[in-house]
Amino acid sequence: MEITFYISGAVAILSTIMVITRFNIIHALLYLVVSFLALATVFFIMGAPFAAALEIIIYAGAIVVLIIFVIMMLNLKGEAIEQERKWLTPQVWIGPAILSFILLGELIYIIGIGNSGAAGLPSQLVDSKAVGKSLYGQYILGVELSGMLLMAGIVGAYHLGRQKKKVIHRFLEQIEE
Amino acid sequence: MNEIQITQGLLLAGTLFMLGLIGVLIRRNIIFMLVCVEIMLNAAGLAFIVAGSKWAQPDGQVMFIFILTMAAAEVSVGLALILQIHHQLKTLDSDAASEMKG
Amino acid sequence: MNLLWLIPTLPFIGAFVLVLFGSRLSKTMVPLIGAGSVGLSALVTLLVGVDFISSSSPSFDYVAWQWLDVAGLSSAFAFHLDALSLIFIFVITFVGFLIHIYSAEFMVDDDGYPRFFAYLNLFVCSMLILVLANNLVLMYLGWEGVGLCSYLLIGFWYGEEKNGYAARKAFIVTRVGDTAMAFGLFMLFQNFHTLNIQEIAAKAPQLFSVGSDTVLIIALLLLGGAVGKSAQLPLQTWLPDAMAGPSPVSALIHAATMVTAGVYLIARTHVIFELAPVALMVVGIIGAATLVVAGFAALTQFDLKRVLAYSTISQIGYMFLALGVGAWSAAIFHFMIHAFFKALLFLSAGAVIMALHHEHDMFKMGGLKKKLPVIYWTFLIGASSLAALPLITGGFYSKDQILWLTLSGENGNIWFFLVALLGAFVTSIYTFRMVYLTFFGKEKTHVHHVPGKLINTPLIILAGLSTLAGFIELPHNFFHLTVFSDFLKPVLPSIAVQEGFESIEYMVQMIAAGVSVSGVYVAYIFYIVKPELSDQLKSSAADLHQFWFSGWGFDRLYNFLFVRPFVYLSSINKSDVVDQLYAGLVALAEFFHKIFSFTQSGVLRWYIMGIVIGGILLLTLGLIS
Repeated sequence: MEITFYISGAVAILSTIMVITRFNIIHALLYLVVSFLALATVFFIMGAPFAAALEIIIYAGAIVVLIIFVIMMLNLKGEAIEQERKWLTPQVWIGPAILSFILLGELIYIIGIGNSGAAGLPSQLVDSKAVGKSLYGQYILGVELSGMLLMAGIVGAYHLGRQKKKVIHRFLEQIEE
Repeated sequence: MNEIQITQGLLLAGTLFMLGLIGVLIRRNIIFMLVCVEIMLNAAGLAFIVAGSKWAQPDGQVMFIFILTMAAAEVSVGLALILQIHHQLKTLDSDAASEMKG
Repeated sequence: MNLLWLIPTLPFIGAFVLVLFGSRLSKTMVPLIGAGSVGLSALVTLLVGVDFISSSSPSFDYVAWQWLDVAGLSSAFAFHLDALSLIFIFVITFVGFLIHIYSAEFMVDDDGYPRFFAYLNLFVCSMLILVLANNLVLMYLGWEGVGLCSYLLIGFWYGEEKNGYAARKAFIVTRVGDTAMAFGLFMLFQNFHTLNIQEIAAKAPQLFSVGSDTVLIIALLLLGGAVGKSAQLPLQTWLPDAMAGPSPVSALIHAATMVTAGVYLIARTHVIFELAPVALMVVGIIGAATLVVAGFAALTQFDLKRVLAYSTISQIGYMFLALGVGAWSAAIFHFMIHAFFKALLFLSAGAVIMALHHEHDMFKMGGLKKKLPVIYWTFLIGASSLAALPLITGGFYSKDQILWLTLSGENGNIWFFLVALLGAFVTSIYTFRMVYLTFFGKEKTHVHHVPGKLINTPLIILAGLSTLAGFIELPHNFFHLTVFSDFLKPVLPSIAVQEGFESIEYMVQMIAAGVSVSGVYVAYIFYIVKPELSDQLKSSAADLHQFWFSGWGFDRLYNFLFVRPFVYLSSINKSDVVDQLYAGLVALAEFFHKIFSFTQSGVLRWYIMGIVIGGILLLTLGLIS
C-alpha cells in the first residue's frame, strides 16, 4: 500500500508544480483538478473515504468549475497569456522560491522531531457514519455556523459582484450629447 | 499492509503548502493567486486528515469538512471581488490595486 | 507719616485703572485719573513732609510686608523716609503733577491717551519706590521699573520704526549699567549678608578700611549702574535719541527724575563711596569729562530737544562732579533746581514744537517772542537758570555752590574747577543760542496753534520755582542761609572748606558770574548781531563741527566695537546651531518616514512576502530557543 501513497503523492506534487508554472489559466486549472484527484486517492489510503468523496465533489467539482466559469465570463483574450509570460520572469520567482524552501526545511525539521507513529487503513477506516455522528453530535454548533458562513458568502458574493450603473442626470446626458 | 508513517503524510502536506505559497508569491494574476490559496487550504486539510487517521477518530474529517465549507464561501466572495476589480481597473494585475501605498 | 505708603500706591492705582478701563473712559476722565492720582500723591507728600519736618526724628521706616526671606537675604517691601528721600519725593510728585497737567492738553489728540497716562503713572510709582526703598533689592525693583517705563514711553509712538530703535537703544545701554549694579549688589550681599541700606551704612566702616579693594570694586560697580541710568560717559549715547518720545516724557523722565536716579544711588550709598576714595575720584572725573563732552555737543545741535538732552547730560555731569569732590548736599541742591528748570525748558520746548506743528529744527524757527509770550518768558527764565545768570536765578546758587566746592572742598582741585568753569561758559553759550534762534529774528515758520491754559499754567509755576527755590541756600558770604544743607545734614556728610580758601570766595563768584554773562554776550554776537559769523565758523571747522555734532563720535565707536561684531556673529550663526539640532531631528524623522513608507507599497504580493518572512523568523526563533 505504501507504493500507492508514494505514487499519488508524487502526482500531486508534480501537478501542483505544473499549476503554478502555467501561463494559460485554464491549463493551470486542469492541472489543479489532477492534483485534487491525487489527493483524494491519498485520503482513501489514509482511511477517510468520506473526505475523499467530498474533496472530489466539492473542491474539484464545484470550486474549480466556479473559477472556470468566472474566467470564461471575464472573456480574457490571448494577450492574457502573453502577459503571464512576461510577468513570470526568473527574477520574480527566485526570491519567493528560496524563502519557501527555507520554510519547507523548517517544516520538515519540525515534523521530524515530533513523535512519529503509524497511520493507515483498513483497520483504522473511519467511514461516513462515524463522521456524520460526530458532526451532528459533538460539532453541531460548527455545522450551524458553517451554514451561516455559507449564507454570508452567498449574500456577500451577490452584493459585491453587483455592478451599479452610473446614474447621470438627464440634463447632463443631453449636454454630453 | 504497510503502514504509512505519519511523518510522510505531513511531509506531503508541507510540500504542497509550500508549493501553494510559492505560487501566491510569484504570480501577479489575481485568479492565479486565488487558485494557489486553494492549494494551500487543501494542503492544510490533508494535514488534518492524516492526524485524524492516526488517532482513528472522525475529528480530522470533520475539520476537513469545515475547511472545505470555508473554502467554498471564500472562493465565491473572492471571485465576486475579482469581477469588481476587473470591472474597475480593467486588468487582472494585482499590482494595479496598490492605491493604498505610501 | 503713616500715610507714607499711599505715596507710591496712588499712582499705581491710577496706572492699574487706566490699563484696565482706559479705553472705555472719556477724554476728560482719563487725565483726571492720571493727573489726579499724582496730584493726590503730591498732597500726601506735603502732609508727610510737614509731619516729618515738625517731628524730631531723622528718619522714619514703614514696613508694608516681608517680601523675600531666602538664604539669608531678607528683603521687605519697606519704605525709609529721611531728608534725602523727602526731597526726592517732593520733586517727583510735584514736578510730576505739573507735567501730568501739561500732558492733559499736550496729548489730548493722541489715540493712545489713556495708555500714555497709564505709563506715566507707572513711572511715577516706580520712581517713588526707587527713592523710598529701604533696601537695595526693592530699589532695584524701582530701578528696573523706571527703565521699563522709559522704554515704553520713548517708543510711545511705536508706529514709527525709529522710535522703537531709540527705545531699544535706551533700554539696552541702561541694561549694561544695570548689570554692573546687579554685580555690585551681589558683592554687597556677599560681604555684608544684608542689603538693607541703613545696616550696610552702619556695618561698612567696621568691616572695611578706607581704600580696601573690595569696597573699591563694589563702588565702581554701583557707579556703573549710576552711569547707565544717568547717561554719563561712557553710557550716555541713549539720551539724545530718547528725544523721540513725547515732550512730557522727556521732561519727566529724562530731565527731572529718572536720570537723577544715579545721583540718588551714589548719595544713598555714600558710605561705600567714602570708603573708596579712588571711586570718588572716578565719579568726579566722569562728571567733569561728561559735562565738557556734552556741552560742546550741545553747541552744534540744531534740534531743539537734542540741545536740551545734551544739556541734561552736562548738568548731571555737574552733579556727579559735586558728588566726586564730596559736596553731597550741593549735588542734591543742584538736582532739585535742575529738575525745576529742565522740566520747564522741556515743557516749553514741547509747547513751541506743538505750536509750530512739529517743527524741531531751531534754524527754521524764529520771531516767536511776540506770538507766544507766555512760553517766551517762561523759557527765558528757565534758560537763565540753566546758564546760571547771577543773583536772580536759582541755577546760579546751585551751580555756584558746586563751582566753589570743586575748588575749595577737601577733595577739590584746580583742574576740576577749570573744567567746570569751561562747562559753565559753554552752557551759557548754547543756552542763549537756543533762545535767540527760537524766539528772536525773523519768523520762519508760522504759529499754527497757540497753547492753552493747561499748558501755560505748569510753565508759570515751574518758572516761579526755578527762580525762587534757589534762595533757600545762599552762599556763606551773602547771607549764609543754609536751610537746604542743614536739612540734609543728618543724612549726608557735610563738606569742609580747605584752609585759606574762604577769602577768595568773592573772586570765584565774580568769575562764575562773569563767565555766564559773557556766554550770553558771545551767543548774542554770533546769532543776533552777526549771524554770518556762526556760518563762517561752522564751515571753516566743519570736521570739528561734525565730530561734536555726533556726540564726539561715541555712536560710531560703539557701532564699531560692539554692534558690528555682534551682527557679524549672528550672521554667521544664521543657520543657528541650536536650530540645526531641531532641523536634524526633523530630517531624521523624515528619513525614517521615507524608509518605512517604502515598505507600504500597496502591492499584495509584497505584503504576503512580509507575512512569509515573519513566519520564517518566528519559526526560527521558536526552533532556536
